[in-house]
Amino acid sequence: MSAQATSSMPRSSMPDITYNFAYLDEQTKRMIRRAILKAIAVPGYQVPFAAREMPMPYGWGTGGVQVTAAVLGPKDVLKVIDQGADDTTNAVAIRGFFEKTARVATTTATADATVIQTRHRIPETALNENQILVYQVPIPEPLRFLEPRETETRQLHALAEYGLMHVKLYEDIARHGHIATTYAYPVEVAGRYVMDPSPIPKFDNPKMDDCPALQLFGAGREKRIYAIPPHTRVHSLDFEDHPFKVQHFAKPCALCAATGVYLDEVILDDKGGRMFVCSDTDYCNTRQAQGHVGELGVPAEDAA
Amino acid sequence: MSHPAAAALSAGFDDPVFDAQASFRAAMWALARPGRVERLDARLAPPAPLLPEAAALALALCDYETPIWLDAPLAAAPAVGAFLRFHTGAPIVEEPGAARFALIADPRGLNDFTAFPQGSPDYPDASVTLILQVESFGKSDLVLEGPGIKGTAGFGAAPLPVDFVARMAANRALFPRGVDLLLAGAGGVAGLPRSVFVKEG
Repeated sequence: MSAQATSSMPRSSMPDITYNFAYLDEQTKRMIRRAILKAIAVPGYQVPFAAREMPMPYGWGTGGVQVTAAVLGPKDVLKVIDQGADDTTNAVAIRGFFEKTARVATTTATADATVIQTRHRIPETALNENQILVYQVPIPEPLRFLEPRETETRQLHALAEYGLMHVKLYEDIARHGHIATTYAYPVEVAGRYVMDPSPIPKFDNPKMDDCPALQLFGAGREKRIYAIPPHTRVHSLDFEDHPFKVQHFAKPCALCAATGVYLDEVILDDKGGRMFVCSDTDYCNTRQAQGHVGELGVPAEDAA
Repeated sequence: MSHPAAAALSAGFDDPVFDAQASFRAAMWALARPGRVERLDARLAPPAPLLPEAAALALALCDYETPIWLDAPLAAAPAVGAFLRFHTGAPIVEEPGAARFALIADPRGLNDFTAFPQGSPDYPDASVTLILQVESFGKSDLVLEGPGIKGTAGFGAAPLPVDFVARMAANRALFPRGVDLLLAGAGGVAGLPRSVFVKEG
């Protein structure tokens, strides 16, 4: 719409809107960058920062966007995913935001990206040591639903007193027979801080451990930044007799036949028809292009 | 028009936005991968004894929110303070305990780390970042271990404080409190965050 308006109006009457590189002003970027450096130095600790209002509502990734804006350079290649998908509203909006304000190259291919902003997934393709994974975090405090007072949770972190969290997991076992937490599953980072990995499925937790990429977390509404440096021990909390386990899927992806990946359920009709497909669209598309066909998939040459 | 002080001031970044971003990215990867020297192409000519690499980090990271402390050789050169004040707007403080960043031209004469803010148990991030100027990297006589390092990594830089290994061990023992080090010079920057274990090689 705006592009049309620009082309149809005489150029002189429309002032060119120019943004500072990646939208944020330089002082804000410096403040965020200092927070990122401290977050890296104390893995898993939530560094408070003066989050700005962004031109999108809270809950749409304002924290992740600010972290991305602070690290982004002109040579970066940006990928944005929302629940694994490159083509959903949140991902498209944020990718467009940085195309407009930073004019950086964007991609959907995980391997080609240098900065990946993600909402609630870690890509299936293994990350490399030159990549930065930026998570959008709604509630950074893993103890918040157990202890609502910030003064108290801060002290619990200071004392490394995480008994509450273990009680919560134990109560899961007492009630359900197993740990029923399936997303935002708490982790211990580098043997010290208990951290909320953002609402990724617990399926993705093992990918955080010893990951070669740098992982940064931004919570805009809650004004916190935290980080996991590359090759850092990330341990999902568990008990000796109830070890941490990830979800398993009965069938492979219906489109690309991938196994060992996280699947989304797609309802097909109103008669109970459903299929399970890769949540990571780039991974699924790449496999289909390579000729992998699932039970409901169409061979690549027929589709064209 | 041509005030003598203004004429004497060295220029800041050619491109404040991208040069600051590149310097930050070097510092970020340096702290994320302790001991690995990141290239830092500092196109600056700051007043001696401030090195271009250390100046680039200060210009990228400091502003009115971050008091800077200068060690004796830097404090003895008034042009250094003027350069930093003009380009960053940061106050230069005499008391190391009030600093958020400290620039050290002579690491051999570095104060004890305890003179600087170490953060509190509640807010470990409220600690100083020390920027140590070094002449060279290489000759791996130290072994590093910790977050950011796969297994162990060799590291060496010169000059460093004489009792460096003991200081870093004491700093690590304070974790999550402690100070973070950026070593700048010779076209690069290396990071030693408080999370790293430093041993003799």
